[in-house]
Amino acid sequence: MNQQSGATETNAVAWTEDQPMVSLKDVHKSFGELKVLSGISFDVMKKEVICIIGPSGSGKSTLIRCINALNPIDKGSIKVEGQEVNDSKLDKLKLRKKVGMVFQQYNLFPHKTALGNIMMAPIHVLRQDKAAAEERAIKLIKKVRLEGKENTYPGELSGGQQQRVAIARSLAMNPDVMLFDEITAALDPETVKEVLFTIQELAEDGMTCMLVTHEMGFARELADHIYFTDRGVIVEHGPPATFFKEAKDPRTQEFLSQIL
Amino acid sequence: MKTFVNKRPPIPGIATASTTDLPVLLPTAGWLAQRAQRDRLEGTWRLELKLWHGVLLVILFLLFAGIAEAQSQAEPDKGPLATLFRWIPVLLWKNGNGFVLNLTISFLAMAIGTVAGMALGLAQVSLLAPVRAGSWFTTQFFRNSPWLVLLFCIMLLLPFEIELGSTVFKIPDWTKATIGFSLPVMANLSEVVRGAVQSIPTGQWESAESLAFTRRQTMWMIILPQCFRRMIPPWMNWYAILTMATPLCSIMGVEESVRLAQDAMTAEDSRTELLGPFYVFLLIVFFIYCYPIARWTIALEKKYAVKI
Repeated sequence: MNQQSGATETNAVAWTEDQPMVSLKDVHKSFGELKVLSGISFDVMKKEVICIIGPSGSGKSTLIRCINALNPIDKGSIKVEGQEVNDSKLDKLKLRKKVGMVFQQYNLFPHKTALGNIMMAPIHVLRQDKAAAEERAIKLIKKVRLEGKENTYPGELSGGQQQRVAIARSLAMNPDVMLFDEITAALDPETVKEVLFTIQELAEDGMTCMLVTHEMGFARELADHIYFTDRGVIVEHGPPATFFKEAKDPRTQEFLSQIL
Repeated sequence: MKTFVNKRPPIPGIATASTTDLPVLLPTAGWLAQRAQRDRLEGTWRLELKLWHGVLLVILFLLFAGIAEAQSQAEPDKGPLATLFRWIPVLLWKNGNGFVLNLTISFLAMAIGTVAGMALGLAQVSLLAPVRAGSWFTTQFFRNSPWLVLLFCIMLLLPFEIELGSTVFKIPDWTKATIGFSLPVMANLSEVVRGAVQSIPTGQWESAESLAFTRRQTMWMIILPQCFRRMIPPWMNWYAILTMATPLCSIMGVEESVRLAQDAMTAEDSRTELLGPFYVFLLIVFFIYCYPIARWTIALEKKYAVKI
């Protein structure tokens, strides 16, 4: 028993940047009778931007929520920087400090201002002092182009603005990888642009990003690799250039023909 | 060329632009939404004090007093109104008894009930199944017991004095009554807390979780601050209900306003014409105290219903 835990520790220490930042192997997950993920495997390297696309109910969101242990998996392995996520002794808080997540419904804390939302986790989770957290929060507000909205409450911000605050809030934790779960799905086409622009800048800064998205144009422009999932498996994947032109599987072709 | 003339008035939403989003539901939508929100938070009945209740009480008082005054053949300073005025200091505040004692009991019972109800409510959303089950049972038990029966139980179960070493602490009846009242308040506020916590969208928990907040931090820094606003109206409602229930302990001999009114009437030879003026006077006193609370509760409910 001791030997085993010792082994995992050395594993975690042994992780280097040339190894995958996120590594999924044969991930299975079901909700009761419903099989949502049936054997998903892929790797994401540091600074890589990957997009997961697919029809509704194909398990995209579940997949991404499993990576920061919001949903436990039934079988298989998910490693984040060499740390096994599918482990009952997992230190979830430690994992979540490394993995940032942004949701479709923003989920900002309505009783805190934009700045308050961003500062909260650094102060209470990372135990930064208030001045330093505030300084950084102000920088992040600028980064997502919301100068002047520091003291505005979420209820008074538009959807796109709220989503950018949510991104800044995640970034304030200095994560190594960012997960985006259909973050533009609830926005109108105009505001989608603002949010995608923010992510583009993030990607250019070298942030490792995993996106579940329906924005094909965005995926084509920005992704290093695209994964198409259907019924809990990866049907097809590849870099955008080949993925969009040479889709072989009929399910992918059908999906793309509907969307593009 | 023949032109078709439609004589019927245009149908809004079909022939012309719709003026509302939900024309069918609109007349009741606001009311229904408020009602649903309220029921979810309180899960119970509420105090519906209206101004006309007060007006009615005043009319009743004048009527009773007038009839009593006409009926009484006593000397002028022994008439029912004069008698009532003589007793007012006793009924309301003298020696910290009377209505002041009603208020004291209501404050203390509310304070104890709030702290205990908060703890019990949080236990009801605990991750530990035994804690959840135990607190659920406690809540349901005290929520569904008649207040008077609870009062009797506490009165009989608690000793009238406690010996600690050589000192003897007396437990006055009104203290026991306070504890007795705090139990149903605790249980009902436990439900208020549980309802408020569960009414916060799960997205709030998830985003807090993914920012590496612990469950305790999430509860105290993210969930409860949002619940607070939602809990104020039902909390005030329960305070008003509690205040109106405090005369129950008059049966146990606690010298609050109703008990003293009875004693006063006995001292005045139990003249029947005193009954009306004395009791209606007390009703008016309670109304004057509780009506503003009821109005304020409704105002707060309206204010918070919009901003959720």
